[in-house]
Amino acid sequence: MLLNVKDITRMLAVAVLVTSATIPVAFVSDAWADDDEGPQPAVSNAKWVSECGACHVAYPARYLPAESWRAVMSGLDKHFGSNASLDAASVSEITAFLEKNADTRKKSHETPGKNETMAKPLLRITETRWFKSEHREVAEHTWKNPKVKSPANCGACHTKADSGDFSERGVKVPR
Amino acid sequence: MLRAFLVSGLVVIAAGLTANSAFAETPIEVLAVFKAEASGTPGFQGFSAERGEKFFKTKHNHDLSCSTCHTDNPAAQGKHSETDKIIKPLAPAANEERFTDMKKIAKWFKRNCNDVLDRECTAQEKGDVLAYLLTVKK
Repeated sequence: MLLNVKDITRMLAVAVLVTSATIPVAFVSDAWADDDEGPQPAVSNAKWVSECGACHVAYPARYLPAESWRAVMSGLDKHFGSNASLDAASVSEITAFLEKNADTRKKSHETPGKNETMAKPLLRITETRWFKSEHREVAEHTWKNPKVKSPANCGACHTKADSGDFSERGVKVPR
Repeated sequence: MLRAFLVSGLVVIAAGLTANSAFAETPIEVLAVFKAEASGTPGFQGFSAERGEKFFKTKHNHDLSCSTCHTDNPAAQGKHSETDKIIKPLAPAANEERFTDMKKIAKWFKRNCNDVLDRECTAQEKGDVLAYLLTVKK
């Protein structure tokens, strides 16, 4: 069978189509971290996206220190009121990913508690000093807006939160 | 002409292979798995879409039902009751990915039944719900 250029092009197109349909979609994003943190490429892991991201925004690893992530991941059976247990392989893969990309800045996540010598690791990003400082200009009525519902609902204002982009450019506060 | 025919044949075969590798099971096969499981229960008389719909829409514990998050129309997009995270439609007619991966199905029934009923669902309940979801049109 002799093939002319047109046929070869067609076959190549088919090959490309088939290949692109079968390769798992890699999570690629050029989104940057918070504006004042300097450019940080968004990191991702397919398991983290599919498991953590099923019920809420897959909260970026950089927003909590490693000890917090270890505490979250070892207590999934009591995960903020829900039993979110995962199989052991998923737990270990996601924990490793979170630890590797965790917040390493000192003090940014300390609990401002009184006379606390050894604070427990924070489990909520919203309780970190960093989060409170970043959101200090957010009005009380905005937090209470039913469209926002919970400070855990990043996507209510950070319209590109799902792609890991929390920059101010993507912020649109619902009214 | 013959070459064009061969090329289009290749497209069909390739598309078939891709479709097969993407989904391990079909919802009908999943229903058969539930049936095999439920058959071991005394008094099992098959699944009922009507019973499944009632189960789906009834509030069980904590004032929650399946429809709290998946809405009363499983062909529509749902919303997580706590976080507002968008949940893709549950009915296979509206979302072809649903009920095609046994591991995923087992995980979510376990998790959601625990949240809504404080226990795991029986094979009868899971089969009834799937039978109902299969009747929902887009």
